[in-house]
Amino acid sequence: MIEQLTVFLENSEGRLAALTRALANDDVNMTALTIAETSDYGLVRIICNDVNHAIDVLEREGFRATKTKVLAVELPNRPGALADLLEVISELDVNIEYGYCFSAAGEMAVDVLKLSGNEQTVAVASLRRAGYHLLTPEDVM
Amino acid sequence: MADHHDVLTMPHDQLEELQLAGIQKTLVDCYERVEFYHKLYDEAGFNPYSLTSLADLQHVPFTTKQDLRDNYPYGMFAVPKSDVREIHMSSGTTGIATVGAYTEHDLEIWGDCFARGIQFARGGVDDICHVCYGYGLFTGGLGAHYGGIAAGCMTIPMSAGNTERQIRVLREMGSTIICCTPSYAMHIADTAIAMGLDPTRDFKLRAGIHGAEAFSDNFRRELEHKLNYHVLDVYGLTETMGPGVAIECWEQDGLHLAEDHFYAEIIDPETGKVLPDGEWGELVLTTVDRQATPVVRYRTRDITRIIPGECACGRTHRRIDRLQGRTDDMLIIRGVNVFPSQIEDVMKTFPQVASWYQIELTRKAHLDVVTLKVEVNPDFDFDQIRAIEALQRDIAGRLKTALSVGIQVRLVEPKTIARSEGKAKRVVDLREGVH
Repeated sequence: MIEQLTVFLENSEGRLAALTRALANDDVNMTALTIAETSDYGLVRIICNDVNHAIDVLEREGFRATKTKVLAVELPNRPGALADLLEVISELDVNIEYGYCFSAAGEMAVDVLKLSGNEQTVAVASLRRAGYHLLTPEDVM
Repeated sequence: MADHHDVLTMPHDQLEELQLAGIQKTLVDCYERVEFYHKLYDEAGFNPYSLTSLADLQHVPFTTKQDLRDNYPYGMFAVPKSDVREIHMSSGTTGIATVGAYTEHDLEIWGDCFARGIQFARGGVDDICHVCYGYGLFTGGLGAHYGGIAAGCMTIPMSAGNTERQIRVLREMGSTIICCTPSYAMHIADTAIAMGLDPTRDFKLRAGIHGAEAFSDNFRRELEHKLNYHVLDVYGLTETMGPGVAIECWEQDGLHLAEDHFYAEIIDPETGKVLPDGEWGELVLTTVDRQATPVVRYRTRDITRIIPGECACGRTHRRIDRLQGRTDDMLIIRGVNVFPSQIEDVMKTFPQVASWYQIELTRKAHLDVVTLKVEVNPDFDFDQIRAIEALQRDIAGRLKTALSVGIQVRLVEPKTIARSEGKAKRVVDLREGVH
């Protein structure tokens, strides 16, 4: 499992720019960023190289940030790869809270999934047994 | 309804004699029957049998909302419970209500006082009185209802809400006088217009008796334009009776106090000293002939003044000016009294949010909308939108139970709530037409 950075942002102009600038100024490098938005606020979810450092930076700059453990699964970059993975998870009877994909270099893609409750640890073992490669914090450093 | 012509135009010195006699009796009743007053006067060294002029009243200790709250539920009753026919309640800061009780005589006075408003609106037995204040513990609904009946009107107990049905009844029954909050009158007007109606033709309204919340002169003009009727402001509070303590006459030049039932003083809220007519200050009321829950020098916290001179209508009862706000932080939301401290008490039970909050009051379709902005705490795991929404719902639900008013809750980023000198600005009132 890897740690994802989640930032609570109000829906107002310039906040996302301010957030990314704050991270850039402190040399935080992002691999992925996705936004879940409502009419009043959004959650910005980020995979980056040093989550704890990023949280310190953001809190100092007046943002509200937290970290969450998520699965990052490496998949072949071909049709059906995600469907195969999701079927395995579905058979475990585990709910997916949210997920997003980001392409890594070349042949492979990486999928980030947040599974509900305490079921992530169980899922990690099952996915490894099924032959999936799960990214570790070192992979995204 | 009894003809009020005499009492409303009697020379003011005669009215004062009547007030003095009433208050002398009230003081004795309070002292002999209500433990709170007995202790209060003994401790202050005030002899309740000694009042010889209305001016003497300025030496009598005040009664506050907190005193009423401390004596909840029956402590302020000056009659046996068997003499009480009805009670009303208003909310308090700590959730404990203040109680107003009414004997048959008190209900009669109440009906008569509100009926004066209908008389001021040149109304009577030929009128259809449409009451869409809320009915219940809130004094608005039943106060206007008793007034409508006392004035001889055909009275329709609509209560608040279900605006389309209000509009249907206004059209089909041909209501001529409407009693509700000014914002609800505007909401009805706008809804009717949005439905393609022309209220100036489709309604038969002649007058509106609107109170329980402040409204500006511009707001009044807009209402009168949209509904083609005459708007009269009404004032009252549960602690002294309910709506009808003071009502505007057709002149729209101040609200005539029902001086045969209430004695008014204006005081400096800081020093407690009585101010001369014309000066702005806090309104203090004493009931002249209330039986069940009389009050002596009750501090209303409402800011107004006595308008000097006589009214063009010829009535001798003195007028108070339209309210200019309050000396405490009480908010009036959809006619319901809300204290910020009540909101604070609820917020304290949610560790997920910080103590910084802000109440934003806006108007949507002329109805008050309250948005509570709260800052997210660092230890709240907000990673999922579901968690945020559930928290907002929980807070809103708890607030609704505590305040009886629907409040939208919005989580905001840290330090986005304006702080002045380290203290948050708790209330931002963006409502149009209130000021």
